[in-house]
Amino acid sequence: MSVAAPLPHDAAPLHVTGVARYVDDIPRPANTLHLAFGLSEVARGRITALDLATVRAAPGVVLAMAASDLAREADCSPSANDEPLLAKGEVFYAGQPVFLVAATSHRAARRAARLARIEIAEEPALLTIEDALAADSRFEEGPRIYVKGDATTAIATAPHLIEGSLTMGGQEHFYLEGQAALALPQEGGDMVVQSSTQHPTEIQHKVADALGLPMNAVRVETRRMGGGFGGKESQGNALAIACALVAQATGRPAKMRYDRDDDMVITGKRHDFRIDYRAGVDATGRILGLEFVHYCRCGWAQDLSLPVADRAMLHADNAYHLPNVRIESHRLKTHTQSATAYRGFGGPQGMLGIERVMDHVAQALGIDPVALRQANYYRAAPASGPGTGRRHGGAHSPKPEEIGPETTPYHMPVEDFILHEMTARLLESSDYAARKAEIASWNAASPLLKRGIAFSPVKFGISFTLTHLNQAGALVHVYQDGSIHMNHGGTEMGQGLFQKVAQVAAARFGVDPGRVKITATDTGKVPNTSATAASSGSDLNGMAVKAACDTIRDRLAAFVAERHQTDPAMVRFEGGRVHVGGEALPFEQVVKAAYEGRISLSATGFYATPKLRWDRIRGEGRPFFYFAYGCAVTEVVLDTLTGENRILRADILHDCGASLNPALDRGQIEGGYVQGAGWLTTEELVWDDKGRLKTHAPSTYKIPACSDRPRVFKVALWDGANREDTIYRSKAVGEPPFMLGISAWLALSDAVQSTGPNWPDLPAPATAEAVLAAIGRARG
Amino acid sequence: MPEIAFTLNGTPVRVADAAPTRTLLDWLREERGLTGTKEGCNEGDCGACTVMVTDAAGPKALNACILFLPQLHGKAVRTVEGIAGPDGTLHPVQKAMVAEHGSQCGFCTPGFVVSMAVAHAQGRTDHDDALAGNLCRCTGYAPIIRAAETARADPVPDWIRDDVPKAAPVRDGACFIPETADELATWYEAHPDATLVAGATDVGLWVTKGLRDLGPVAFLHRCRCLQQVHVYKDQIVIGAAVTMTDLMPVLRKHHPSYGEMVRRYGSEQVRNAATIGGNIANGSPIGDNPPALIALGATLRLRTAHSAREMPIEDFFVDYGRQDRRPGELVDRIDIPASAPALRVYKLSKRFDQDISAVCGAFNVTVGDGVVAGARIAFGGMAGIPKRAAHVEAALTGQAWTEATIRAAMAEMARDFTPMTDMRASAAYRLAAAENMLLRYFHELGGQPVNVLEVSA
Repeated sequence: MSVAAPLPHDAAPLHVTGVARYVDDIPRPANTLHLAFGLSEVARGRITALDLATVRAAPGVVLAMAASDLAREADCSPSANDEPLLAKGEVFYAGQPVFLVAATSHRAARRAARLARIEIAEEPALLTIEDALAADSRFEEGPRIYVKGDATTAIATAPHLIEGSLTMGGQEHFYLEGQAALALPQEGGDMVVQSSTQHPTEIQHKVADALGLPMNAVRVETRRMGGGFGGKESQGNALAIACALVAQATGRPAKMRYDRDDDMVITGKRHDFRIDYRAGVDATGRILGLEFVHYCRCGWAQDLSLPVADRAMLHADNAYHLPNVRIESHRLKTHTQSATAYRGFGGPQGMLGIERVMDHVAQALGIDPVALRQANYYRAAPASGPGTGRRHGGAHSPKPEEIGPETTPYHMPVEDFILHEMTARLLESSDYAARKAEIASWNAASPLLKRGIAFSPVKFGISFTLTHLNQAGALVHVYQDGSIHMNHGGTEMGQGLFQKVAQVAAARFGVDPGRVKITATDTGKVPNTSATAASSGSDLNGMAVKAACDTIRDRLAAFVAERHQTDPAMVRFEGGRVHVGGEALPFEQVVKAAYEGRISLSATGFYATPKLRWDRIRGEGRPFFYFAYGCAVTEVVLDTLTGENRILRADILHDCGASLNPALDRGQIEGGYVQGAGWLTTEELVWDDKGRLKTHAPSTYKIPACSDRPRVFKVALWDGANREDTIYRSKAVGEPPFMLGISAWLALSDAVQSTGPNWPDLPAPATAEAVLAAIGRARG
Repeated sequence: MPEIAFTLNGTPVRVADAAPTRTLLDWLREERGLTGTKEGCNEGDCGACTVMVTDAAGPKALNACILFLPQLHGKAVRTVEGIAGPDGTLHPVQKAMVAEHGSQCGFCTPGFVVSMAVAHAQGRTDHDDALAGNLCRCTGYAPIIRAAETARADPVPDWIRDDVPKAAPVRDGACFIPETADELATWYEAHPDATLVAGATDVGLWVTKGLRDLGPVAFLHRCRCLQQVHVYKDQIVIGAAVTMTDLMPVLRKHHPSYGEMVRRYGSEQVRNAATIGGNIANGSPIGDNPPALIALGATLRLRTAHSAREMPIEDFFVDYGRQDRRPGELVDRIDIPASAPALRVYKLSKRFDQDISAVCGAFNVTVGDGVVAGARIAFGGMAGIPKRAAHVEAALTGQAWTEATIRAAMAEMARDFTPMTDMRASAAYRLAAAENMLLRYFHELGGQPVNVLEVSA
């Protein structure tokens, strides 16, 4: 069967030959206009003068528009209508678009965009978490607070109190393909938009709003993105709206792609956080009570910050049962880029907080950090059901204890916890204990270079926390020659979603995946889609496509069963044939006959995730259908003279449920790990004291390069089915492996700890500079 | 622009209607509809635009985004569209990239495929170095390396080998492509405000990011006489237009620590274009060659059409943005000693590969009978120019070669340098790291392991 086969990405042959088309590669009409934004260089102030005369007079310029030139409001926000396309009298961050240029070439537009005279009366800007706190500048009326038990009392009565504060930087997505959109005006004022977006429906919605049209007048198509990682969930809106407005105003096609520096200066990034913690623990390191305060720097507009900050709270426990816990979350409004979705969506930040607590407790109490983690794990899933990979107990097995599952800080029972077994297997396969001992003795003999090793687990909740987004649609056609055309609401950004879902479709019809044509995501085919985000792509769209395929398959089965005077349930689709009444008919023959029998060979499919119930204000319910798990052991080396460091080896065991495609899943795991490790090591965003981003190109912002991957990199998939009824019992894999990279940061902290007796308080990212400072603290 | 001639995917092309600073990337995508070559950063840092360029020395990987069309005059260009065979047969690296799942979003893939095809043609096995200039955000690189290793077993396909086309000299006032240094010097004297372009790894950004018009431009790639390295018994004479790629094997042999630093200098694509003369002439305080050259006691030779002069290289760097170069003078060559066993060069950056140094330190201390006889220590990134650590050198000279001497000298560093804080590092870290580099130098000469890159799990 095509499901579970390690097939290559469907577009791989197109990628390697340069044939795969991205938005900027689409052949465009000769009269296409090219757009660029003119940007504010000031973080906060009032625009006192804006003169576009020189812009309009520049070579090639056809149109220049400021906010006052727009016929109607054009807003880019996915949430709160607080992001005007062009600044309206005030600027709120350095890099904010102030005006728009349309010219006959990309270069002409870029040149002209630098020619405006913009005068801004500068006002004090709130740039940091501390600035915003002091000014009480925030989204929502006050902090969100989730509570379970009584943390304050538990901490007060606990034998040990461990407290501290951790700062962690944001992260630039650095999708290799920058943001891009192309608008093609149609008859009657309709608009077709090609967009590099994770969320075509949102593009459709925002473009329609800006044009003053109903959504049915706008069609958005997305064949693929050159990477997204969350950065194309809402950040493509501005380009698509700008193109559509120019196309509407001029009747000419309009294209916009950000130059890399513009892209990094304009668009949002991962939220940086400060997390303060107070943990009350017993002598064995069991956490009795824990208080977290999350300070989340959201930037100037709301964007997706509320659900991001929520998800950070929802992962403040990671894999650990916290009987008494209080999580307070401040969503701070600053005059910086509006932070946005990024792989993990707050989860990594929340998780980093508790992993830091675990290390701090281990160091303070002198307990092995892995044993400490295991002692605090959630109770194992009951020994039954497909989630455990174990068989039901036999007649003489001892009865399982009559105790229910433990609950999360948001009161959701953890029913599928498999990290006890996964941890044991990884510790063994990575030879953790022996290596830890060997590293200790190596360090004792090495005064300048120090190695470190660390383990970290991941438990990541799967589902959009905005419950209504957990739905998907699909449209499947079977043509009379037996070829299959598949469409769904998910978008392809490299993760292999289209291939996975095509494998599902092929499996439902019992045909080779090559028979399934994968087509661009198109709001005209499948409406009202959710963003391809929250790792949900294959869970949701796989199920929707399955439903559509099954509708057609059932019609085919009924049709042939009637002809063969048998029960439709007895018809099997397998090996490219339809097996009925002892015959094995070629699939295409059955399809042709059904067509001639006037059977509909087209169907939609729909899926809504079951079991969800969530109150985000009270912090109570079941926001997640299930959890995906993983764990990693990373070894590093550092130089005590400069702080330079290197990942030497990583061992990973990750839970994809029953994998739809182990090769693609492995790709997500390896890539996620390296991206996560990059976040916590070399990827440092630096703003100056005027709020201007100084790291706005790959020359200054350093994502991992080839040699930064672990030289020894061992990845294995946990062999077990999802206990919940997901598509072929698989699990989502887009985001969870990102957080395996936390083990690299913990390993650096471990190596730093070998240099001195004190708590090194390593921040993130652990640049060489940060590591050297931490060594100084460790030594005291 | 005068007519530029090269071959593109095996077919001769002539371009006469483009500006001399038109980049190959824009021309490929906008004029030729060859959109397989991608723009990822437009500054030579991501490799998505990598193309194969063949000249008499063989194929090289270059970044098309900062490659001006005249630089291709007389060369053969192969884009991702020309990597598969004429009948569509995939190149071994393409086959391996599919089979090993080396592409995810696919946007960086054409650049990787071209870099891998070049490395494959060269029979290279140092994949991490060959691919250091290609960024991938999806895969974590592991499957790409697996693909590079798999493809090694297959022979180099015939279709990938390009003949180098003949090209007539171009002697145009606004776009000058001289054949000799004499010719260049004469023209430059007449056009002292012109821009000289060797590799364009710096000048390219004036155009792609600064959006500047350069005025008259001379392209140096056909001046063979500037591209020679002569190794004599006591000294090595390096032509100003020698690329870092061509210099690297010489350095690895004679000055291995300097050679190892050059392995991390830019990336494969950047080293293939960048020249040592360009790195000196642009006067950057963070160029990586000058500290090493100063520590080596290199001599810089400048020339005009009629005269030449020499100076210790440190004297060339007068102040931030100001060099001792007169109008019409060009950097001609650099002389360095053939041997300096105590030379060590330390490059400190956020990322090991393809990153600009926060601090680059070069140390060359001679010790006789346990006493420091001479010290040449220079840093990049610590001041407005590449600069010697005079007080540190003085504190070492004549003293016993001991850790106590080193620690005393480290304390002098703050008298030599008042570094700045920027996005690469804070002033305090720069100073601390510079001091510690001296300690590292002492321990390295003492035989201690000091390099994290030499440690394995």
